[in-house]
Amino acid sequence: MNKILLIIQREYLSRVRKKSFILMTFLVPILFIGMYGLIIYFVMNSDEMADKKTVIVADDSGLFKNKMENTASIKFQYATNSYADEKQKLTKSEDEQLYLLHIPADVKNVELLSAKKSGASTISAVENQLSTVMQNERLRNAGIDTAVLAKAQEHIDVSAKQITAEGEKDAGTFMAYGIGFVTALLIYMSLFIYGAQVMRGVIEEKTSRIVEVIISSVKPFQLMLGKIIGIGMVGLTQFLLWIILTIGLTTVGSAVLMNGQKMDKNKTEALMKSTTSGAAMSAANGGTEITMTAGSKQEMGMKIMQQLNAVPIAYTVTMFLFYFLFGYLLYSAIFAAVGSAVDNETETQQFMLPVTLPLIFTFILSMNFVINNPDSNISFWLSVIPFTAPIAMMIRIPFGVPVWQLALSMSLMVAGFLFTTWLAARIYRVGILMYGKKVNYRELGKWLFYKE
Amino acid sequence: MLSIRNIVKQYASQRALDDVSLEVKQGQVFGLLGPNGAGKTSLIRIINQITAPDSGEIYFKGEKLNPSHIEHIGYLPEERGLYKKMEIGEQILYLARLKGLSSAEAKKRMKYWFEKLEIQTWWNKKIEELSKGMQQKAQFIATVLHEPELLILDEPFSGFDPVNAEIIKNELLELNRKGSTIILSTHRMESVEELCDSIALIHKSHKILDGEVKAIKKAYRNNTYFLEYEGPKFAVNGNAPFQLLSEAATDDGFLLQLKTNDSDMNATLQYFLPHVRITRVQEVIPSMNDIFIEKVNQLG
Repeated sequence: MNKILLIIQREYLSRVRKKSFILMTFLVPILFIGMYGLIIYFVMNSDEMADKKTVIVADDSGLFKNKMENTASIKFQYATNSYADEKQKLTKSEDEQLYLLHIPADVKNVELLSAKKSGASTISAVENQLSTVMQNERLRNAGIDTAVLAKAQEHIDVSAKQITAEGEKDAGTFMAYGIGFVTALLIYMSLFIYGAQVMRGVIEEKTSRIVEVIISSVKPFQLMLGKIIGIGMVGLTQFLLWIILTIGLTTVGSAVLMNGQKMDKNKTEALMKSTTSGAAMSAANGGTEITMTAGSKQEMGMKIMQQLNAVPIAYTVTMFLFYFLFGYLLYSAIFAAVGSAVDNETETQQFMLPVTLPLIFTFILSMNFVINNPDSNISFWLSVIPFTAPIAMMIRIPFGVPVWQLALSMSLMVAGFLFTTWLAARIYRVGILMYGKKVNYRELGKWLFYKE
Repeated sequence: MLSIRNIVKQYASQRALDDVSLEVKQGQVFGLLGPNGAGKTSLIRIINQITAPDSGEIYFKGEKLNPSHIEHIGYLPEERGLYKKMEIGEQILYLARLKGLSSAEAKKRMKYWFEKLEIQTWWNKKIEELSKGMQQKAQFIATVLHEPELLILDEPFSGFDPVNAEIIKNELLELNRKGSTIILSTHRMESVEELCDSIALIHKSHKILDGEVKAIKKAYRNNTYFLEYEGPKFAVNGNAPFQLLSEAATDDGFLLQLKTNDSDMNATLQYFLPHVRITRVQEVIPSMNDIFIEKVNQLG
């Protein structure tokens, strides 16, 4: 037991001391916060940031005069000269923000002319306004009162509520979507990153031949397990540092931001809470913000805070760490076995496919299907089968998972980890001492039944 | 010290060791000889408990071999290697602690060995920055640091230049004098004659010869002698008590190689004495190399 601790210690320290580890640890949260900050900044200042465009309306129909509404980025002017004159003026003008909107008398084939290509947002803004004006015009022509019209155009906001034993609460579907997406993505990536580290470590020991010296002191199983646990702890350390650094940076960052924006106390508290969920949460937060630019900023902010409050943070983080840890243990054992069976990294490919396929398959299925149907049959099975559970379950967790399913999934994870570790150990003990032999699946199968 | 009894080890398609028994005595330098692929490494791995035999038993100082003996065995594999990116001091410390040495004790002994092999300035260097010879020295230290009672060295001199090979050889002899038993696996016969007290010859998974070097050589002598004399050529006639194998002229006489009919030289000397002035007589003792080749060829 003492020896396995020594191995864990070496595997852990030799990686944590690396410059690349330290760099990643500090760089990722900074990059992340930077991105997050930029998004907030753009959303908050989008009106000021956008270029002011002037659209000259050459309206032959006479229907639109003085009916187009100026927006933050577009100012409408009505042509005093004929369309042909205005067109000539535009051709000579060097102003790139100048547009000419030509509306023929029959309001068909409307054209928007400009010196450079028009942005999609400008086109759609103009289109929307034209349509609205036309609609209103037609409705008014049909004898509908303007007041009735105004009433008819009320915006209705749907807020999803979930009925639970404690009463109603905000379903926070958007937030669940974002959190599920980000945590599943993180698990997917980290399984690959840390699994590959285990594999490379095994290959390094095998090709440098140190493995023979070491297993004359410890059992191959101890060496394998020590490596897996050591690297797993590196992964946990990395995540933990990221969470702590992100909290620290966002706290400082939002304090600065708050000063400028003068938010009320409630909101500030909510934002502080949101930061505790760390990297994963913040990403979801940023993502949601983009999708919600429709609402007013104030409303949007409130919505995010409300949804965040609906997410049990401690529960999500605990589940994330559990599924990361056991998903990692399960897969890295297989990665270790693959590493032991080959002589160099290029040979790993033939064995990698069956390892990566379930991961990629689950990931794609999760992102497209499970996230939209978190309680379907397929989602259930994906989230209890140990090979697919770490990703699929993380998608389902923000939407709420029955306790019995969670318990089943978690115990199967533990069982799956024990099974793959046992399997991997049998291949590993033979593989690490086998040199210069091209190994295929049949050979691996034989190794399983070798005696010590 | 080490008693190997009827070891059988079967790999999927071939038998690596077939009923091999050996006896290594306390304080011996024991040579494990054999062509490549004979089964030497398999046997060494079994002694090191890296793999287990299919049948047969090994006793270490009278006890059945078990994991507690690991701390008393030092192993230098043929294919050497260390962690490339790890500092040399840290690395040896790690390997020593895996052998059960405390950190403080290991450091103390490392200091002694680093000074002895004159590599004290290399402590903080990474392995990849060292020359091959330096790496070998580092690995040698890692092998002997826990002062094992039994040292198992697989081709210990390969990769060393002659100067360093001499240093390592002397360190081995000193360790042996201090009481370490050494098993040396090699196919370099000159080091066998120089170092080994006993040998075992393994060929195609079988032990085909073992015993003390002196006894084996005695058993393999075949009454062949060199005889050199000064003066004019003496014609050997038919009823001489020997067979003449070769005859060659030297600066002032002739050198003969002959095989006596008796087990000693006396009758032959009497035959020559009245006629020539003898300057040298020497028995031709087969080298281990000759015995090795003869034995292997015999069995095909």
